[in-house]
Amino acid sequence: MAALARKDLLLELRGRETLPAMLLFVVAMLVAFRFALTGEQSDAAAGLLWVAILFTALLGLGRAFVPEREQGVLDGLVLAPCDRSAIWLGKLLATLAFLVLVELVALPAFALFFEPLSGQTIAAVALANVGICAVGTLLAAMAVAARARELLLPLLFLPLALPIVVGGVGATVAEDAGRYLGFLALYDLVFAILAWATFEYVVVE
Amino acid sequence: MIRARALEKRFGSKRVLRDVELDVERGGFAVVTGPNGSGKTTLLRLCAGLAAPTSGELELGVERGRIGYLGHEALVYRELTALENLDLYGRLYRVPERRERIGMLLERFGLWDARHERAGAFSRGMLQRLALCRTLLHEPDLLLLDEPFNALDADGAALLDRELVELRGERAFLVATHDPARLAPLAPEHVALAGAK
Repeated sequence: MAALARKDLLLELRGRETLPAMLLFVVAMLVAFRFALTGEQSDAAAGLLWVAILFTALLGLGRAFVPEREQGVLDGLVLAPCDRSAIWLGKLLATLAFLVLVELVALPAFALFFEPLSGQTIAAVALANVGICAVGTLLAAMAVAARARELLLPLLFLPLALPIVVGGVGATVAEDAGRYLGFLALYDLVFAILAWATFEYVVVE
Repeated sequence: MIRARALEKRFGSKRVLRDVELDVERGGFAVVTGPNGSGKTTLLRLCAGLAAPTSGELELGVERGRIGYLGHEALVYRELTALENLDLYGRLYRVPERRERIGMLLERFGLWDARHERAGAFSRGMLQRLALCRTLLHEPDLLLLDEPFNALDADGAALLDRELVELRGERAFLVATHDPARLAPLAPEHVALAGAK
């Protein structure tokens, strides 16, 4: 699993295809939101932060299994005698690393354009990242085998990511963020277990 | 090692394999022949566990990790070097003395000097040689080879001829090819696929 995650990071270091695109996209989105919002609309700004994170993650997830699609590498990984869910976990860790790197730029940019970020918002983002990558990696593996993969991934991912938006926005704006953070942690746990258990069936016909 | 009875495979309404009977024992060498679209690749993918049969029985007397599969594609990352690709597979297959084994295979298949080049920069023939290294890396008990001579030049093909003779013994082979005459010296059994209708 560590070998697979390391390989993904090496591929990105060589190709530099996903991370720069995600960075440019999130910064462009935040700039666009800055001009779109007028006056005191801090609650709306909190919502837009979550939309920006979700769509940026979607951009990265869309590229997640592209190297495996080329040259049929996914077959090679599936044939290896390791637990097939390790492919999912390795990919999840690499996608998570990309998302965290993007957020290291996006969150300060948000604070600069809109308002300072609270500790509870950062905790919510950290929890949401795990859920986004757990669900998104599974769905990206599903979509990569389909002909209309570019359409399929957002159609599958966005409905399943709605609870993350609900939990994330709630944790950002509510006085008592605890229950929203708990909700996000529960989402992570449930979907990580589901994705781990079902990944094998996704990658084998 | 492979036993198939009344094997059938459909993709939607299209039947690709029909009533395939197959027996390959340990040490056996079977050649699958047939016209384009007759299901040779599908049969190998079924035996590798990469696809499931629609009906019929398929028994494999070998664990997944003991199968060596050579497909139409090299199954390597284009952005990684030959050495990095084999090292990744070596780790996944937990190959003992990985570095030595990789070095030996790269040397044998004439890729040692290109070991630090990215697979994406390889010619089709070099990719096929790299794919053969990947297939043999973990010293599999069952070799499923789909058109193994594809894209190989005369030297590469002669090398593969020698390798197949050397590897034969306790291993079982199932080879799909359009050129069965090339494998005649290995005295293979023939499985002719006519194509399902």
